[in-house]
Amino acid sequence: MTGAGQTLQSNRRIFQKRYEAAIRIVCLLCALVSVLTTLAIILTLAGQAGRFFSKVSPLAFFTGTDWSPTFSDAKFGVLPLINGTLLITVGSGLFALPLGLLSAIYLSEYASPRARNILKPGLELLAGIPTVVYGYFGVMFVTPLLKKLLPNMGFGEFNAASGAIVVGIMILPLVSSLCEDALSAVPRALREGAYGLGATKAEVALKIVVPAALSGIMAAYILALSRAIGETMAVSLAAGSRPRMTLNPAESIQTMTSYIVQASKGDPPRESAAYGSLFAVALSLFVITLIMNILAAKFVKKYRNVYD
Amino acid sequence: MSTLNPLHTTPKTLSNLARRRAVEKAFAFVCLAATCLGLLLLVVLLWGVFQDGIHWVNANFLTNFGSRTATRAGIKAGLYGTIWVIGFTGLLAIPIGIAAAIYLEEMAPKNRLTEFLQTNIANLAGVPSIVYGLLGLAVFVHFLKFGQSVLSGALTMSLLILPTVILTTQEALRAVPSSLREASYGLGATQWQTIRHQVVPAAFSGIITGIILSLSRAIGETAPLITIGAFSSISRVPERLQSEFTVLPILIFNWTTDTKEGFKNVAAATIIVLLGVLLAMNSLAIYLRYRRRTL
Repeated sequence: MTGAGQTLQSNRRIFQKRYEAAIRIVCLLCALVSVLTTLAIILTLAGQAGRFFSKVSPLAFFTGTDWSPTFSDAKFGVLPLINGTLLITVGSGLFALPLGLLSAIYLSEYASPRARNILKPGLELLAGIPTVVYGYFGVMFVTPLLKKLLPNMGFGEFNAASGAIVVGIMILPLVSSLCEDALSAVPRALREGAYGLGATKAEVALKIVVPAALSGIMAAYILALSRAIGETMAVSLAAGSRPRMTLNPAESIQTMTSYIVQASKGDPPRESAAYGSLFAVALSLFVITLIMNILAAKFVKKYRNVYD
Repeated sequence: MSTLNPLHTTPKTLSNLARRRAVEKAFAFVCLAATCLGLLLLVVLLWGVFQDGIHWVNANFLTNFGSRTATRAGIKAGLYGTIWVIGFTGLLAIPIGIAAAIYLEEMAPKNRLTEFLQTNIANLAGVPSIVYGLLGLAVFVHFLKFGQSVLSGALTMSLLILPTVILTTQEALRAVPSSLREASYGLGATQWQTIRHQVVPAAFSGIITGIILSLSRAIGETAPLITIGAFSSISRVPERLQSEFTVLPILIFNWTTDTKEGFKNVAAATIIVLLGVLLAMNSLAIYLRYRRRTL
């Protein structure tokens, strides 16, 4: 009797073990989906871009200043698109990076718990608004406002400044919350030491906390700029779709992302150079943002190593 | 005389102190202003959209298809399309994301493979959404021949939000104290029994928060679906996974670029509907998070 009971129990144990091993394998497979995704991204982008580069020389692509993929005499010089992307990124950075840091300083050094509980969810709501809505905001409010405030600049219906401002508003909550994480990681003892020496709050924030959190702040800045580079809809709507080499924020420009949107709306035939150019541009975009994200991760690791 | 004055409060140090106090006050004000600017912009944005569009939101607006005349245009196709795409995105991404997070957080050995998986997921979370759109175009639309369908859209969106689902679920699992696991093991539970009956229930509100935030990101996401070729001007609702579709953000995009009279208002009205859905979801997520914090 006891023997039969024991086998029953050990049978159940064996079953339980196999069952759990199966679950572990299923979970592992789910985790491997992410590797598959990365591989698929790299293979598709590189494969299609490779076919594109067999028609258009990489040298002409990376050094050309004329982007006119739909003309019968199509030109694929990517520099105007990179120029447009840079204009948006730098513009939005000028707006969002200082403001984001200041608001992070307020939240981490000044705000009472009650003020934080109101302000932080508000900023999170700002971050939850879809980018296409920011595009509408740019077209309907920012551009008319720019025209009114600076009538002599000659702002067009679509212009880089409007795009840069809405992207800046968009990345502001990201900068603010990542910077706040970095500032909060600075140990209290550093602050207390400075207060003990008679420093004011502003002096503690600017001369102690910010320098101590510098690598975290750098990480926040890089991530936010990488987000700005990849931002698509707000830019497509507010900044227009005219690829050109210009530094004038009043003109319409085209970024790498808004080219992809504009061209894929036209559903280019799969064998055409225009179809391939989508992937060549996306590959450049992917590589740029990947490098920036890896760099940001390095900075984050640095401040974690120091303070954790 | 100065030897009689132990604190050295000469006029010069006094003015220096006054200057420092002034700087302090000004700086505090600037920081507060920077924080409020974001919120102010939020209010201006919402108010402007509200004014442009609220009079256009009515029953017909919800049940009409698109039209060449602004007053007859409605969002039915986009509304149903969004529900279809996001529904299937959730069905795919939630179980896979949670399982992957459970593997990485609870089961995975600390080795190079795990570290590689983790780095890879973090990097995927930073890939611009439009790149996922091109992945979907090449793999789902053309290579697997799913066409410009709900299925292609949902698969693309799933891949897009998967890293976020995994990372937020991991964070929720990490917040469960290890004493809970040890107590469960101490009572003779196996690893899976511990995860299933202790860890996941304890992390539940955190996991839900992450899922809501990921799905609401997917609802507002436009670029990848334009890239895979979602139509903006269809007058049908999806009936199968193979159906063509459009979504609310694409309608907003098209109507914002439409120069005909009244379409800007239609766009604003669509934004109001979209934001209504998103605000409800985000508030729920934020509520769940703050409730968890106070528990």
